[in-house]
Amino acid sequence: MGELLKVDKIKTEFQTDKGPVTSVDEVSFDLKEGETICLVGESGCGKSVTSLSIMHLLDRNGSVTEGSIRFEDKDLAHASEAEMRKIRGNDISMIFQEPMTSLNPVLTIGDQLTEGIRLHMNYSRAEARSYAIEMLKKVGIPRAEGIIDEYPHKLSGGMRQRVMIAMALSCKPKLLIADEPTTALDVTIQAQILKLMKKLRDESNTAIILITHDLGVVAEMADKVAVMYAGQVVEETDVYTLFDNPKHPYTLGLMKSIPHITNPDDMRLNSIPGSVPSARNMPKGCRFYDRCPHAMKRCLAEKPELKPIEDKQAHSIRCFLYEEEEKDYEKKHAEKQHAEKEVSS
Amino acid sequence: MLQYIIRRILIAIPVLFGVTVLNFFIINLAPGNPVDMMVNPSATPEQLAATKHALGLDQPVWAQYWNWLVQLLHGNLGFSYSTREPVTQILMAHVGPTVLLMGISLIVGYLIAIPLGIICARKQNSWIDYLVTGFSFFGISIPHFFLGLGVIYVFASKLLWFPTGSMNTLGGDGSFIDTFNHLVLPVLVLATGIGGNMVRYVRSSMLDVLGKDYLRTAKAKGLSQFLITNKHALRNSLIPIITVIGIDIPLLIGGAIVTEQVFQWPGLGLLTIQSITSRDYSTLMAINLLAACTVLFANLLTDILYAVADPRIRYD
Repeated sequence: MGELLKVDKIKTEFQTDKGPVTSVDEVSFDLKEGETICLVGESGCGKSVTSLSIMHLLDRNGSVTEGSIRFEDKDLAHASEAEMRKIRGNDISMIFQEPMTSLNPVLTIGDQLTEGIRLHMNYSRAEARSYAIEMLKKVGIPRAEGIIDEYPHKLSGGMRQRVMIAMALSCKPKLLIADEPTTALDVTIQAQILKLMKKLRDESNTAIILITHDLGVVAEMADKVAVMYAGQVVEETDVYTLFDNPKHPYTLGLMKSIPHITNPDDMRLNSIPGSVPSARNMPKGCRFYDRCPHAMKRCLAEKPELKPIEDKQAHSIRCFLYEEEEKDYEKKHAEKQHAEKEVSS
Repeated sequence: MLQYIIRRILIAIPVLFGVTVLNFFIINLAPGNPVDMMVNPSATPEQLAATKHALGLDQPVWAQYWNWLVQLLHGNLGFSYSTREPVTQILMAHVGPTVLLMGISLIVGYLIAIPLGIICARKQNSWIDYLVTGFSFFGISIPHFFLGLGVIYVFASKLLWFPTGSMNTLGGDGSFIDTFNHLVLPVLVLATGIGGNMVRYVRSSMLDVLGKDYLRTAKAKGLSQFLITNKHALRNSLIPIITVIGIDIPLLIGGAIVTEQVFQWPGLGLLTIQSITSRDYSTLMAINLLAACTVLFANLLTDILYAVADPRIRYD
């Protein structure tokens, strides 16, 4: 499995009347072919902006100002619009949160599906149409031959999201970005859509970036998880480690606030006190300082870095509590590299 | 859909009836009458009375209306009190020039305004947006008679590029080029107003659409900005544009009364003014009836086009 995507310390800024606002800062993660990474975090923590940055779909006043996004052998952070057009919908495609508004109301399902197919796969009109019908069947739309000539308003939310998935996967992308694809759907439909995405992922070996704030979805779908807080990744590891051995105080807080069916009826659900700092006045040190039960003096002034620690799987944390472990890891790693070098020489 | 159209046409009949009643009585409220305008000033009162009697103008207004309506239902629009020609013939002679003038003005106005409106919306608050919006305010605000006289002064009277008015050179061959030369200035005046109005509607309607989610979807598919704007966005902003076109269509027939007057364009607008000053009731009634029909037809056409532009709109 080769490396597909490497997002390295990107910073996304929006130019506003009151000066630039940083929405995403030092976000890093990487992804192999066929792997699924979940970006989790509460609303406004920069999950969507991160994904839109990869696709260059930000508003006119938003852009990636620092860092790099390596996709295969290209740096998307500095790609031109023409290069991006060839990648969008072809190598990387995207599903959005709101199926009700994500389809164009005045064009037929077929129009919208075949557009991308004809553009990227050079199919003729007739070929594109029969391929589109095939895709609709694949995502479980009944009566695909009829639905293809219908307008989106005739379909329910779940059906529209299926159409979006068919559209996104039609050109066999290497990477699919799904921005809260099930948030706007009711629970039974959510389960169907997740099942469908899993099935299609396994068939086509597509890598997925799944954005969600639902830890249930994470447990269901993810190989890897990046927990985001206030525009930064605060913890990144594989899904088992995250649930077995969460480290960052924010992740711990999130885990505690999941309701469990075995909880006693009168038990109060835990919550993280306080609220996310606004993008305009981010604290200088750790961004979780105000809400952290383990906050120390140095957290106020110093900025913690995202660093790996020794664990069963790769595990990185942005917190001073684990400084010792991070140092150990660094030392060991350096020794190992040194040893390897000696062996090879 | 067909049922809807038939229903709308049936509803149009009482509306038209009401329009003719109102028009007939309002025209008769105006001081003077056709006879005063057609006989020479030295006629005796007896002669006047005899003429009035012969034309049926001595009857009560409702009886006159009844006569007119009966004749109309027989397909007879009467004859002009001033020229004594059949009204149908007069209308026929004036419809052509008006349709030509207004048709070209509308097309020119739209062809310029729609792309400009789209550009303004795409580049909101840029210098080109300010420039075009400024011009469109100018186009909407400036009175046609003033702009008309202005262009006549500059292009006809000083520069001598174009004739000052009328549709063909007197005694000329009536060729296409001759007509074209006569068209330029009135079209310029009319298209300024039509286009200025349209730019604003296209711009605001496109601005409403440009932030929509489905355009992000289209972009995520890898479509070019051209397709996103002109296929995905424009199709969604057509409703207000169709509304404006629907309001403009009656101009095709109604003509631009002021502009036709300024340029002495031999269309229905000029005919209207002449009929009013000569109290030519029968011609006026025919023009009104034609205008009312056009308005009703344009409204129906607008509603049908709504359904074509937006599949969510259905009439049944």
